[in-house]
Formats: sequence, C-alpha cells, structure tokens
Amino acid sequence: MIETAETHPSGQLDAKRALALLARADHQTLKQVWDGLSAKPHFRKIRGPEVGLVMVKGRIGGGGDPFNLGEATVCRASIETDAGVVGHSYRLGTDKAAAELGAVLHALWQSDEYRQHIESTLLSPIEQRAEAEARTRSQQTAATKVDFFTMVRGED
Amino acid sequence: MYVAVKGGETAIANAHQLLADRRRGNRDLPAITIEQIAEQLALSVDRVMAEASLYDRSLAALAVKQSRGDLIEAIFLLRAYRTTLPRFGTSEPINTARMQIERRVSATYKDLPGGQLLGPTFDYTHRLLDPDLLHDTPVEAPVGRSDADEPVMRVSEILAGEGLIEADGELPSEHIAGDLTREPMEFPMPRDLRLQALARGDEGFLLALGYSTQRGYGRTHPFVGEIRIGLVEVELDVPELGFAVSLGEIRVTECQMVNQFKGSAKAPPQFTRGYGLVFGQSERKAMSMSLVDRALRTQEFGEDVVAPAQDEEFVISHCDNVQATGFVEHLKLPHYVDFQAELDLVRRMRAKHAQSQHHQEAAE
Repeated sequence: MIETAETHPSGQLDAKRALALLARADHQTLKQVWDGLSAKPHFRKIRGPEVGLVMVKGRIGGGGDPFNLGEATVCRASIETDAGVVGHSYRLGTDKAAAELGAVLHALWQSDEYRQHIESTLLSPIEQRAEAEARTRSQQTAATKVDFFTMVRGED
Repeated sequence: MYVAVKGGETAIANAHQLLADRRRGNRDLPAITIEQIAEQLALSVDRVMAEASLYDRSLAALAVKQSRGDLIEAIFLLRAYRTTLPRFGTSEPINTARMQIERRVSATYKDLPGGQLLGPTFDYTHRLLDPDLLHDTPVEAPVGRSDADEPVMRVSEILAGEGLIEADGELPSEHIAGDLTREPMEFPMPRDLRLQALARGDEGFLLALGYSTQRGYGRTHPFVGEIRIGLVEVELDVPELGFAVSLGEIRVTECQMVNQFKGSAKAPPQFTRGYGLVFGQSERKAMSMSLVDRALRTQEFGEDVVAPAQDEEFVISHCDNVQATGFVEHLKLPHYVDFQAELDLVRRMRAKHAQSQHHQEAAE
C-alpha cells in the first residue's frame, strides 16, 4: 500500500487543510493549475463526480443538542492515479467538473512529485484569497459598529 | 360510476408555451441571468433556500427565475429537486459561536464584547423609494475599519455566567435528532423536530404567529438577546478519510430570544429562551421562529395552552407552505363528479322542501 498523508495522524491536519482549500477553489482556478502541469498523470474514476445532499445540523440555543436545520447540495468525486494514489473531493454546490479536478489534485498533492507545485500554485493562493476576503468582510462589518457616547443632560 | 375524462393535452401544451412567453416578457429587454438574481435579489434567493430547506444559491436563483418571482412556487421547485438526490450524510453541527460575523445586534446590552455591528441592514433607512435605483448609478465601495478582531461573545454566555438564564437546550441523553424528511410527523413532537419544521416554515405564517404572542395570544415577554448573521463552516465526517472534511461556508441568521423568567420550588427563577436559526440572511424569519419556539414550549414550563401559537399540532401542521399551497390549490383541479353529486343532492333537498311547503299551505 502506498503511504498517503492521511495514513499518518500527523498528516491529518495538512490533509484537512488541503481538502478544505480545494473545496473553496472554483473550477476555473483548478483548471488553470491542471492545465499548467507539464506532465499530467493518468487517472481513473472510482466514484462520481456525483451530486447529493448533506443534512446540515444546528444546535438548539446555539450550543445545545443538535437538530436538523436543512440540507445543502454537495458534489463529490474519488479518483485513483496510475501510481495508485486515491484522491477525494467534497464541496458545496453542484459543480461536477470542479469536484473531479479537486479529487485529481488531491491525489497529486499526496505525491512528493507534485506536492510543492500544488501548494505554491493552488493551495497558498486560495488560502491567501480566502483570508483576504474574510478580512475585508470583517473590516466592512467593523465599520458599521456603533460607538455609543453619552450626552450629559440637566444641571449640576 | 367513475368516468375518466380525457382531453386537454393541446390546451396544456399551449398554456405552458404561453407561460414561457410571459416569463420571458418583452424581448427588447435582456433576459435576467441567474447570477444577477443571486447577486441582486439575494434575499429572495435566501428565502427560497430557507423554506425549501435546501442550501444552494444558484439553484434557488434558477427557481426564482423559472417561477417568475413567485417565491412559493420557487420553493416548491427546489423541494421537488431535492427529492431526486441521494443523501451523502449528515454534517457536524455548525458552530455559530465561530461565525464570520456580518451583522450582530443585541437589544439587551448596549456595551457588550464585540459591540453592536449593524451590517447591511434596512434598519434606520427612511423607507423612501430611491430614484437612483432607476438607473445603473455607480455604488461606492463600503468603508472598512481595521480594529476588527474583538471576539464576539454570545449574550447567552454573559447571562449564563450568573446562572440567570436556562441552558442552550438539552434533550434526554439517548435522544438522536429526528428528521422530518425521513419520519412521519407525530405529536407531541420533541423540540429538535419542531425547530426543523420551523426553520423551513413559511415566513409570513411564523411572523403572524410571533406577532400574535406579542399582542397577548400567549405572551412570552421577549427581548432580542442577540441576532447574528454571517458565514459558518460546514463539515462532513467522511469515513474513507477518517476525519471531518470542510465543504465550504454557508450564510445563516441566528436569533437568541430571551424570555420572561420561570422558577419552581426547586429551581430559582431564570430567564427562558426561544431559538431561531435560518439559512441565509433573514432576521425577520429568525426572530419569528424564536418567538414561536418559545411559545411552543408552553407545556414544558407548566403553562396552559390557550393561544394558537402555543398549539404544537396547529403550528407545525400548518407552517409548511408547500404542503399548504398543495392542499389549497388542489381545489382548482377538476372536481366535476364530486360537484355533480352535490348538485344532485341540493336539487333533491329543494324538491323535498318545496313539497313540504306545499303540504303546509294545503293544510292551512
């Protein structure tokens, strides 16, 4: 069996991060990175890409026991490269092409040959973009913060 | 006797063609795009997602376009679509404490950690029609402020510190969250199932019920402890990976309603609570939901059910607008045979009535 990042507990955080970032990259971004690869490995589909639902849970009162809030569309795909590395992808929405490319790039990210390239051309840029968007959003929200001041009324 | 009546195929086909024509409207105008609906009619899209109980902005925007802006029809379309899909699993519970906040207000504390963040609100607008929107007038970019990193604490945690408020909401330890889409409805219904029903319930119906509690039909003395709107991460536990994978973010609105206290011989008085959580940006719906959630807990607090908003079977059975519209609108479908029977009956009754009148007159 080929060792993958996931088989090492220490690699789990890395894998979690990679999958989260791949889920946030749009199809165009993934396609650019794929098209930019000098040597494209062959792969076969194991599952999907397919669209389905995930029931999203909330918690009563915000932190109490769970309840079912409603569903969300999710697209997933699994592939295996000729080198025997399995890649998975799960993302919100119904973009099957993005899910399949995500799974391929997840597989490549697990191999030493491609990992650095995918990190620098895909994962880091997506992470930076997501952080920048979150920062902008929170700064725009912060600008709507009410700064109360007290008016002193009456004598003495 | 049952008589099957056929015909109407051509009429139906032509009606649908006419619908497509009217939906497109004046061909001199450009067709509206799904992206435009998702961006510029975002709150319609949010309402469709919430009441269809399916989070997908693009598909909800498509449903709004297909339904010509009839939101209940759009909700129906999205509900129908979801039945065609398999379910991959159930997410980890979303963590609204770690929300990327876009709006957060409290009506109970002026100065609270994180502050009052107004966000993109209609509040304090003058509700005057804006002629600028008649044209594509350029819109300025919003202002930013860099001291944005103060943690935004929950109001319920502030009160919980002193023991002044009940806990978030615990069900018996062996309880597993029920799912209305998988199991038939039964009453009495546990709170988790009620919340699922309310989260997908009709905004107008819940608004009216919430309002009725304020007007005295089951008073609960509510205060908005906190409303927060923003993005939360959705994580799915994936067995083949052995850990929970982040699928992306969804926008939700949460309302923590703080209601008048309850105590007993055993427990000192403390505030009670109602909870609202809705897909998308909709504080009217989240607030209404939290008012109705608290009203439906009447029996839990040993109070009498005296008002419609407190009647679980009444509220839960009628809050779903897809079910409601299905049953109301089926009345327009052919009832020719039923009606013939009624017609026959009323004619016979009238004949009998005329006959007895005749006898009476003859007797006089």
